[in-house]
This record gives sequence, C-alpha cells and structure tokens, in this order.
Amino acid sequence: MVSQKRHYSGKLIAVEGLDGSGKSTQIYLVKRWLELEGYRVFFTEWNSSILVRKSTMKGKKRQLLTPTTFSLIHATDFADRYERQILPLLRAGHIVLADRYIFTALARDAVRGVDREWVTELYNFAVHPDITFYFRVPLEISLNRILEGRPALKYHEAGLDMGWSTDPYESFRIFQGKVFAEYEAMREQFGFTCVDATEEIHVQQAKVRQTIREHIDLPAYRRRLCP
Amino acid sequence: MPLKDRLFLGRRLPEVRDPRFSGKLFVIEGADGSGRSTQIAQLTKWLEANGYAVRHMGLRRSNLVSEELEQAKQGNILTHTTLSLFYATDFFDQLVHEIVPALRAGLIVLADRYIYTLIARNLVRGANRAWTYNLYSPAIMPDAVFYFRVGAKQLVERNFQKNSTLDYWESGMDLGLSRDMFDSFVAYQRLLQTEFQRMQKENGFEIINANLKVETIQRELRKKIGAMLNLSQ
Repeated sequence: MVSQKRHYSGKLIAVEGLDGSGKSTQIYLVKRWLELEGYRVFFTEWNSSILVRKSTMKGKKRQLLTPTTFSLIHATDFADRYERQILPLLRAGHIVLADRYIFTALARDAVRGVDREWVTELYNFAVHPDITFYFRVPLEISLNRILEGRPALKYHEAGLDMGWSTDPYESFRIFQGKVFAEYEAMREQFGFTCVDATEEIHVQQAKVRQTIREHIDLPAYRRRLCP
Repeated sequence: MPLKDRLFLGRRLPEVRDPRFSGKLFVIEGADGSGRSTQIAQLTKWLEANGYAVRHMGLRRSNLVSEELEQAKQGNILTHTTLSLFYATDFFDQLVHEIVPALRAGLIVLADRYIYTLIARNLVRGANRAWTYNLYSPAIMPDAVFYFRVGAKQLVERNFQKNSTLDYWESGMDLGLSRDMFDSFVAYQRLLQTEFQRMQKENGFEIINANLKVETIQRELRKKIGAMLNLSQ
C-alpha cells in the first residue's frame, strides 16, 4: 500500500454478488433505513476523477485493454475513489456503504487470467469492510434477471475480450459462471456474510439489518448536528 | 551480470503465453539531465548501422493513458496510490502492446527508463516496498540495466543548461522536503540515488559514471552491449 493504513472510527459495509443478484436494491434500502434513523451514513457514489475516468472510457471504447491493463486501470480508478472519498469518510467516523468493493475486481481479474496473488496484493492498500454481504443467487436466476429487457450487452461486460464465444449472450453466460465460481471461492477467505438472494426483498432486508445491528454499535454513529 | 536468469521479475504476465523471445531489452536508467537520450540516440545509430532493428520505450508513452498522465502532472490532483497505479497502467500498456511483440520479433528494445525509476519514485514517497515490488513483478526482466550516475550538484547544472528552470516533479516538490526548490531538488535526487544504489546491489545494474564525456560513455556502452550481441564496436 502506498499510504499507511491508519486508524479510523467509521464502519464500512459492502455488498457483493453477481449482476442481477439484487444487491443494489438491498444497499439502497440500508441507506434509507440508516438515514431515516438519523445516522451518519454515506453511500459512495463512485465518482472518480475526470482524468482516470477518461482513460478508462477510452480503453474500453477502443478496446485497448488487455487483462493486465484492464486490472490496473480499474485499480487506479478504485484507488482514486478510495483515497479521496472512502478513507476520509471512514476517518471522519461515518458508516460508509459501498455497492461493490475490491472483491468485484478480484473475481473479475482472476477470471481474465490475472495472477490471483498479484491482484490481491495490488488492492491491499484498501481496508477490508467490517461487513461484506454476499448476495448469493443461482446463476440461471441472475442471468434471467439481467438479460430480460436488456437488449445490448457491452463488450467488456459480456467478457467478449476473452474470446470464449462470439455471441455476446453466450459469452456473458460463461463469464458470469466463472465470476460465480470466484465469489464462491472467496466466501470463506474474506468472511462474507451470505444472503439468500432468492428470498423476498423485505425478508432479505430484515436479515441484513439484523446483521448490521449485531455488528455495529449504531448509537455511536448518530448525527451530531441537528438537520 | 546476474540478470536474465528468468523472463519475469516475479509473477508471470497473463498476456505472454510463450516466454521465448529472440530480441533483447536494454535499459538506461538515470535522472533527468544524466544524458540518457543522447546516449540512446547514438546507440540506435550504431545498432542500425550494424543491421539491428531498434524500438524505443519510455515513461508516459502509452496509447492508453499518456495524455491523461501528462495532464495529471500539470496539476497535482491525484493522490500517491492513484498516481503510482496510473504509471503502472502506462508501463504495462506499452509492455504488452509494443515491447513484447518487438522482443518476439527479434528487435533490440532500448528503454529510456524502466520500472526501476517508477519503483524508486514510489519508495521515496513512502510507499510500501512489498506492494511496490509486487506491482511491477510481472515486468519483463531486461538483458542489462545501465544506471547513469551523476552527482546531485552536476545534475542541477545540467538541468539549468537544458531548461533554465528546475522541474516541479524532478525536484520532488510534492514530497514537501523543502519549500526551496533548489534544496528540494538536491534532497530528492539524493533520496533517489540511495534507492538506486540499493537496487543496484539487488539487481546487478551496470553503473555508468555519467560525469564522463559523451564519447567515453558511448564507447563503454557499445563495448558492453556489443559483447552481448557478439558485435564488434
């Protein structure tokens, strides 16, 4: 890590899972809950610097990226958001919510053939979340949720750069299957809290809130100022 | 030279399936004003005269991010981890798209700085050593590294001759070593030299005394490179 890991008083909650696992819906509901209860919560919006964003977009559009540079440009982008936003918020004592975190990158890069240890070490400047919810859903269900009403898949999103198949849908299927296997392999290593993403939304949310209450001393995060 | 006992510094690069290259990679390292580009131009002439095809690489020359890196240099807007990852992206983009194909095709690649400058810059900025070495560990191992050593005071003189000012980054002004640019330049270059000395021992660089005359240095380089190519001077 370039910057030293410093002590921070905030809490970091991340959601991970396949596209179509419903994780964004769940983290949004967590945000609403904590806001309405009057806690210092911040949902990271993933606004990276213009410069980094420009390069990433250019690389994707012109298909210049190879597995290593794909990995590095995303790590750059993450570092930028991490150092400018996530870490300062944690240091200032917020509950920070992240829709996807380093595990997305670890899974995706491993699928692209990048050395697992190399990329894990690459991201080791980032603190690990206090809770990582893993929304686990059978591959077929997530594929159906995503592919329904979604006519076009993007080049990298479908994993077309890997040459597994020239058909975007078939390629996406293969790609997601491999990402699923990576998530499964990371579950224990990183202590994910598993949520059955086939259950009803409010049932999942109740379990998520319960876990948060158990792990985080919420009263310590009450807003200090009256709105 | 204990170099080149392996293809990669550490980990393998996923883009390279067959690690057999017929080309050679020679690296020139040294501060701004140490005479790298003059020597590289003359080496190129000599190699081409002898029928060798040459390709160049340097820092901030990738298709992918060179423009944005140049802009980032103009305003000090990226934090250290971000900037070092950005430089690594630039480096690996050139490596994968230009250097590997060139080496595969049997060309001589002359690198005007390589990972060692990038590593040294990170380390003097307080980066974790293991993290930094891991970052560059899938880089291709050079066939030889020539480190141009110049005293900090001579460097100042050469920089003034060349640009009539000191460069913000080459003075390490972002480190806050001193608010005085001259003091900062000297302190920063000394820190880099210390890192290079350390790397020299670990990696077996050839040290070139860059205070000598241009022709003397060129003769020495040709002798060493020529020996590796079975080429007379």
